[in-house]
Amino acid sequence: MTNWIDACGADDIEEEDVIRFDHEGRTFAIYRSPDDNYFCTDGLCSHEQVHLADGLVMDHTIECPKHNGQFDYRSGEALRAPVCVNLATYPVKVEGDRVLIEI
Amino acid sequence: MNTRDYSLLGPDAARAVDTGLAAADWYHTDIPRKDMKALMKREDQPAIRDTVLLFGLMVVFAALGIALWPSLWSVPFWLAYGVLYGSAMDSRWHECGHGTPFRTGRYNDWVYQVASFCMVRNPVSWRWSHARHHTDTVIVGRDPEIVAMRPPALFRIFINLFGVLDALQGWKRMLLNASGRLDPEEATYIPESEHPKVIRVARIWVVIYAVTLTLAVAMQSILPLMVIGLPRLYGAWHHVMTGVLQHAGLAENVIDHRLNSRTVYMNPVSRFIYWNMNYHVEHHMFPMVPYHRLPELHAMIKHDLPAANPSIWAAYREVLPILRRQLAYHDDFLTRTLPETARPYRADLHQSALGNSAADTSTPTAVPAE
Ligand code: FES
Repeated sequence: MTNWIDACGADDIEEEDVIRFDHEGRTFAIYRSPDDNYFCTDGLCSHEQVHLADGLVMDHTIECPKHNGQFDYRSGEALRAPVCVNLATYPVKVEGDRVLIEI
Repeated sequence: MNTRDYSLLGPDAARAVDTGLAAADWYHTDIPRKDMKALMKREDQPAIRDTVLLFGLMVVFAALGIALWPSLWSVPFWLAYGVLYGSAMDSRWHECGHGTPFRTGRYNDWVYQVASFCMVRNPVSWRWSHARHHTDTVIVGRDPEIVAMRPPALFRIFINLFGVLDALQGWKRMLLNASGRLDPEEATYIPESEHPKVIRVARIWVVIYAVTLTLAVAMQSILPLMVIGLPRLYGAWHHVMTGVLQHAGLAENVIDHRLNSRTVYMNPVSRFIYWNMNYHVEHHMFPMVPYHRLPELHAMIKHDLPAANPSIWAAYREVLPILRRQLAYHDDFLTRTLPETARPYRADLHQSALGNSAADTSTPTAVPAE
């Protein structure tokens, strides 16, 4: 069963940035794109389990802080080695000034 | 005295995994996210400027070398061209492999391909090898890029100043890969899905070298090889000279880059050739920061790092005695004193390096750096 979780305030994330959100033993990365949309992926890099929230958001990519692997955070697609495995993505909606993710 | 097995398939590799040293969580100096974001920010301009300058100088030096060939007057131009080909390309390979110098991804990829060819490092294999070096920096049995093992192979390092072993190994590996095979050690860190790419690049390179050699035979001259291939040998000295300083003589099997990496202040020419990798502690701690922002990063975190060596010369005065000492006492290494403003080393995290070795009472193990 899926449910919507209140993850953070819309203004908790700067434009073109990412924050970490932990929930019930799982960790997620929540992104705000330069065109002011919100996205959510798994929080750990699929290469070596590093928190992506310490990485760099550029346009619609997230670069991992450990080995600079890159993903498209909208689709989770792995774009540059050493990442080869895509990230899972989760639906996001903004209600009022809150960001909700469906997991 | 502890014996070490640096192979990626030996007992030390298994021990690193068992003890949690492999893929561990490393020490990082605290930096506010806002500052870190500013430092990580990408731009094209500085790297375009440096790359145009680099390739421009290479064309000019090679043209003058060819024009004056075979007179002795051509020698200085070949030496200059060689350093750019056989050493500056090492740092371009390194930085563009991280994908940080340019904001535009394909510029990183283009320079990475050219630099990989010059350095005879398969661009696919070495991307994976370098990822491992960052995950497990100087962890015995895990890091495939340890230059000064213990006991240090000083003769090997010396002849690599002329690229001899590394380049020959690169060419040998190229032929192996071109025949459709991978070395068993490579296969431990390159996923199978990438193997066809390794083989394809090796085959393209074989064609380039074959054309160059054919031209040399047709001209009955080594001139074509002076431009392609040989500069990897006669120009390698600078990247070996700077590269040895990165980790040599420091601790193994620790998870704090302040203990196993070295920052050295260098002259502007060496910094151009080396693309600021002299800020090596900073680079390892935060590989997302582009080379042209490393001096700023250094200024921001130096309160938490051991003092940088003031020059290449000073760094060698520290490194050579400890390497010589390690010939007899393999467990000896340098510890570096932290300033009072720094967070202390976590000796409890580094038991296998500091604790076990310290049990060998026959010699002082952790030698304080000057
Ligand atoms: S851990 Fe993310 S690229 Fe390696």
